[in-house]
Amino acid sequence: MAKKKAMLIDVSLCVGCNACQAGCKAQNGQPPNEEKFLSLTAYTALSKYNDLYVRRMCQHCDVPTCVSVCPVGALTKSELGPVSYDGEKCIGCRYCLQACPFHVPKYEWSSTKPSIRKCTFCAARLAKGQPTACSEACPTGATTFGDRDQLLIEAARRIGAEPGKYVPKIYGEQDVGGTSMLFISPVPFEQLGFDSRLGKTPMPLLTMSALSKVPNVLSVGGVLLAGIWWITDRRTEVQAYEASEASKKKGAAIQPKDDA
Amino acid sequence: MRLPRLPHVTGWRPIATILILAGALAATARFTLGLGATTNLSDAFPWGLWIGFDFLGIGLAASGFTIVAAVHLFHAHEYEPIVRPAILTAFIGYLLVVLVLIIDLGRPDHFWHPLVMWNPHSVMCEISWCLMLYTTVLSLEFAPIVLEKFNIHSPIKWIHAVSLPFMIFGVLLSTLHQSSFGSLYLIVPNRLHPLWYTPLLPGLFFISCIASGLSMVTLESLLFSRNGRPFLPTHLQAKLAKIVALALAVYLVVRIQDLLSRGTLHEMITLSYYSVAFYAELSIGFLIPFAMLLFEKVRTSQTGLYVASLLVVLGFAFNRMNTAITGLEHYPSQTYFPSLIEVFIMLGITAIGFCAFSYIAQYLPVFKTAEPEPAHPQEEAPSRVEEPLFVASQWDDPRPS
Repeated sequence: MAKKKAMLIDVSLCVGCNACQAGCKAQNGQPPNEEKFLSLTAYTALSKYNDLYVRRMCQHCDVPTCVSVCPVGALTKSELGPVSYDGEKCIGCRYCLQACPFHVPKYEWSSTKPSIRKCTFCAARLAKGQPTACSEACPTGATTFGDRDQLLIEAARRIGAEPGKYVPKIYGEQDVGGTSMLFISPVPFEQLGFDSRLGKTPMPLLTMSALSKVPNVLSVGGVLLAGIWWITDRRTEVQAYEASEASKKKGAAIQPKDDA
Repeated sequence: MRLPRLPHVTGWRPIATILILAGALAATARFTLGLGATTNLSDAFPWGLWIGFDFLGIGLAASGFTIVAAVHLFHAHEYEPIVRPAILTAFIGYLLVVLVLIIDLGRPDHFWHPLVMWNPHSVMCEISWCLMLYTTVLSLEFAPIVLEKFNIHSPIKWIHAVSLPFMIFGVLLSTLHQSSFGSLYLIVPNRLHPLWYTPLLPGLFFISCIASGLSMVTLESLLFSRNGRPFLPTHLQAKLAKIVALALAVYLVVRIQDLLSRGTLHEMITLSYYSVAFYAELSIGFLIPFAMLLFEKVRTSQTGLYVASLLVVLGFAFNRMNTAITGLEHYPSQTYFPSLIEVFIMLGITAIGFCAFSYIAQYLPVFKTAEPEPAHPQEEAPSRVEEPLFVASQWDDPRPS
């Protein structure tokens, strides 16, 4: 089995040159203008917080929310890491846009045959053993590409070597169950626009707690309803029988009125 | 008992015609120009009015499964007169919701994909399947009404023979997807406002749909009364109202207990965009009708029932729209208000629903005229006395009583 790939983004090394976006756009054949937010034509973008720049892109989660919510399986997680999208399957329900904890997928709203667009983790390049376009473009080493376990060791090494320079956390190591994008930063991640409400539990587990009850509802519920039907049916039968017996005793031909 | 004057909508035909035409135009625009140009949906707000409408339609159609369960599974035969209106409401409701869903889909031409491409981890996939299967069950439950009209009796016998498992299946499917609409939001704890987000969403959606479905059927029984008589005798309506009150009470206890236990007291007592919406929903749809229905006087009064049921339905609409829209807004920076085209499509489809219901109720044996209500309803047995007056229902138990 191929080793899981990842990218390590060292916020302290990023100078905001935007080469990652340029490299990404060139790779994906998008117009080369600089963009500040994720869009249909920018799968990665730099957010500025005081003097620090943080890259935004699809996190390629280990247990991806988007993959779990997609009703038709248009989004899939591959062994190497990329979360890939198949527009031929997509029905356009936009649940992935609603559910993604990182607000990543963007929708072709102006099209009559819309797809979603997002960072592909250069899946085609990875398959050929090449690194991602953005990591190749990065001149400072702020974005590095490699095996996920190796990058985790490297991140821990950097934090351990200069404890004053980094906060002791690798974002993405365990967050929402772990992601392919790993961040280390000199300031707490909440100050860089990371959602502090997201825990370590993969989001799909929240849904599975409800969905896993479906077979039980069907089996137990089916037996229960059939049982109630049988009991109430029998009761009606017995009541009708008793009523007819009673009327026979009376010798009256009239139908009983009270069986409620 | 005299029936009070319920509001009569005069000139509804031209209004409905205009709404349906406007809706058709709006739908044409949506299909030719795409979602972006015609709706106020965006990447930040990918679901809007239409999803809220789906919740509403399905919730109000919940009478279909509750009444079928009560009459055919629990043998509460006294409610027989409202089985067909309830099934018709559900059938129309589900067909329209499916229509709205298809309009809402970015790729309507791919709407059939969930049937062949499964993802068992997706609530949306489960809902698609439930909707499809339950609409099939509803069409089977509805078929005898049509067949009866045209005097085709052999398929009715056939349907009757297989009806029990289908009805059980229908009730289970409804239980599943009514709650699954709540499950859709379990995955967005970071987006949905704490006043609405709770792991209990599926349970709360289920309890509230029972109250709203029964209220809807009460409203229909009152509105479609003939010769000044409602379709259900007063004491049966009062009994339904008691069940509604019970559902509301359970809902209120669970909801408030849950809010307090998750520490949202602060959100509840501070005045905000969200808390106003929250209290509007809770008071209109739950607290006020619950308090009203506690009184015997309200439960046995047509006007009282009419007002209380209307409030339950309105509050229910509020609740679903709040969950689908208000709770996901970031007031004031990121809010959503539907575009005219979204509104017109929704109104047009609502108008189609009302027209379909009233025409079908007029031409098919849906409402069966009931016996004049006895002066002292408690003294006479209600159901069996009335029975000879009905066209024998094919869903009825064939055994002699």
